[in-house]
Amino acid sequence: MSLLEVKDLTVGFPTADGLVQAVRGLSFSVEPGRTLAIVGESGSGKTVSTQAILGLLPEADISGSALFEGADLLRLDEERLRQIRGSEISVIFQDPLTSLHPLYKVGWQITELIHVHDAGVSRAQARRRAVELLGLVGIPRPDRRVDDYPHQFSGGMRQRAMIAMALALNPKLVVADEPTTALDATVQAQILDLITRLQREFDIALLLITHDLGVVAGVADEVMVMYAGLPVERADRRTIYYRPHHPYTKGLLESIPGSTGVRKGRLRPIPGQPPSMIAVPPGCAFHPRCRYAMPVCAAELPPLARVTGDGDHASACWLPHEAVGLGEEAEAVRLRASGGPA
Amino acid sequence: MFRRFLIRRVLLGVVVLWLVTLGTFFMFFVAPGDPARTLAGRQATPEQVDLIRRDLGLDRPILVQYGDYMGRLLHGDLGKSYFNGESVGKLVAADLPPTMSLVLGGAVLWFLVGVSAGVLSATRARSLLDRAMTFLALAGVSMPTFVIGLLLLYLLFFQLTKAGLPIFPPDSYVDLSENPAEWARHLILPWITLATVQAATYLRLTRGSMLDVLGEDYIRTARAKGVPERRVIVRHGLRSALTPVVSQLGVDVGTLIGGVVVTESVFGLGGVGQAVVQAFVSSDLPVIMGVVLITAAAVVVANLLVDVAYAFLDARVRLA
Ligand SMILES: Nc1ncnc2c1ncn2[C@@H]1O[C@H](COP(=O)(O)OP(=O)(O)OP(=O)(O)O)[C@@H](O)[C@H]1O
Ligand code: SF4
Ligand SMILES: [Mg+2]
Repeated sequence: MSLLEVKDLTVGFPTADGLVQAVRGLSFSVEPGRTLAIVGESGSGKTVSTQAILGLLPEADISGSALFEGADLLRLDEERLRQIRGSEISVIFQDPLTSLHPLYKVGWQITELIHVHDAGVSRAQARRRAVELLGLVGIPRPDRRVDDYPHQFSGGMRQRAMIAMALALNPKLVVADEPTTALDATVQAQILDLITRLQREFDIALLLITHDLGVVAGVADEVMVMYAGLPVERADRRTIYYRPHHPYTKGLLESIPGSTGVRKGRLRPIPGQPPSMIAVPPGCAFHPRCRYAMPVCAAELPPLARVTGDGDHASACWLPHEAVGLGEEAEAVRLRASGGPA
Repeated sequence: MFRRFLIRRVLLGVVVLWLVTLGTFFMFFVAPGDPARTLAGRQATPEQVDLIRRDLGLDRPILVQYGDYMGRLLHGDLGKSYFNGESVGKLVAADLPPTMSLVLGGAVLWFLVGVSAGVLSATRARSLLDRAMTFLALAGVSMPTFVIGLLLLYLLFFQLTKAGLPIFPPDSYVDLSENPAEWARHLILPWITLATVQAATYLRLTRGSMLDVLGEDYIRTARAKGVPERRVIVRHGLRSALTPVVSQLGVDVGTLIGGVVVTESVFGLGGVGQAVVQAFVSSDLPVIMGVVLITAAAVVVANLLVDVAYAFLDARVRLA
């Protein structure tokens, strides 16, 4: 059984300008101990979908289901959900500078988490655990740094502290929402290594959210690419890298600087802007930016369907199934289908 | 660490007060007006005026006079009025206990009411309760203090007394050391009056500050940690939101105490006011110095207390 199984999740925010359809029908599952990466540009609904599941969006209209060990998180009562948050499912946020409380000691923030889930733990025990955790994530002199305030930590150390907090109660699932985006390039790799090392060590399932397919390269088992609140392609990591079908995934791959698996010299960002989530383009939401757009694309929403002959590979695009990969043959298929170079 | 911080702030306060004495003293000498001449009267001969001037010590060099004044000030002596020889300390201090009682008691009340209402309002933003409180706050802010005072006097004092429930005494002051219960009973109406106006301001301040803080990433972290919502609001939200509110409290308490001392000394009853008004018109230096110093001291002390509270609330201040 999957650890987490999300079905037909939709999330909308009623605003003065209209309904923001942040997530428009998302299904995915996370297996115990495995890593699913959710990839997409800013605004594609990555954060919103995970926060909706955890009950962190009280102002949103949410539908669908999210079974965690068989219990639907979207229908649990608030108290039970609170007990799951931070203990069985924990979150590492993007910006460690703003995600820790500036007025409390780092150690206090960890022991608080322990205490709100188990009032029976003594202060000394909780503190020992906090020191142990800080050591585990590679903070030097953890017995001393436990009494530091966040502003006395560097950005990388703060993210390590967030990771320590996330692991405090041996969660089954960790949601890491762009855990390295706010950090220096050199620190990014260290933090990513740390997360994956601890994940393996403690057999934790990881839901890794990122807008950078490059980050996913050495980490994810499965990848789901999102665009405008919908999944557009889903496959294991190798397939996504070497046999992408959806033009958006292809675009993301081509915009990774110096990446492996992509031919050098073809770096180019996807032209155009992500769409408005209030007036989402009809049909395939990507069509205004797609080089291969066909008349059907603006008229009908392509279903997320199995790409034949490629295992669990699924893509939501009207292009023929043979149009997989970054090679010239695939390109020829795409161009033929779309009626010549755009 | 904290002691060094405290010492630094106290020294800073002393320096400010010293600058105030310096400023007032020398402004007095460059400003027009001659207390000796005023005191001597219109018919006095130049010799008589000189005599009075020597009597007051005003013939000596300014620096000597200043040194002399500071010497006495350091011994807690504010000097005597040039005109009626009354002790300035007594003159100014007469208004201090009632003023402090009024302002500090009122401050506790308006702070508690304003902050709790602000938190409720912010956590139920755009609800009926929030709208109602915002309306009341607006009304409270826009109503002049004396209208609220008269209204309360009418409702709570006049009507209750008429109904045979004389719970609130008419306006007067009983010293705290004399009878604490009576002290509080006599101050309740003024406290409520003061608090009504101020609580409205504090409600709006707290509400705004709280709404900002509740949007912070670390609040989301607290919820994601599984912290119960009440605790998120108080321990994580209010803790941060309180900082600007406390600093406003320092400013308000300082200004009110300073302001009320001056207003009461100037416009108050019982001869004291007359003397102070006269002091300004007729350049009665010791009295002017006394009033200015006490006012400045009230503001300085209030700000010092705020700084200390700040340091307790936020380690970054303490460790900076
Ligand atoms: N509280 C809210 N009210 C209204 N709209 C919202 C709210 N929160 C998010 N949105 C909208 O929902 C959409 C999806 O946002 P989300 O934060 O999930 O994007 P994301 O994929 O995580 O992007 P990023 O890479 O920038 O984090 C965006 O268009 C955003 O503007
Ligand atoms: S469905 Fe059409 S517009 Fe959408 S990605 Fe495929 S080809 Fe492009
Ligand atoms: Mg996001």
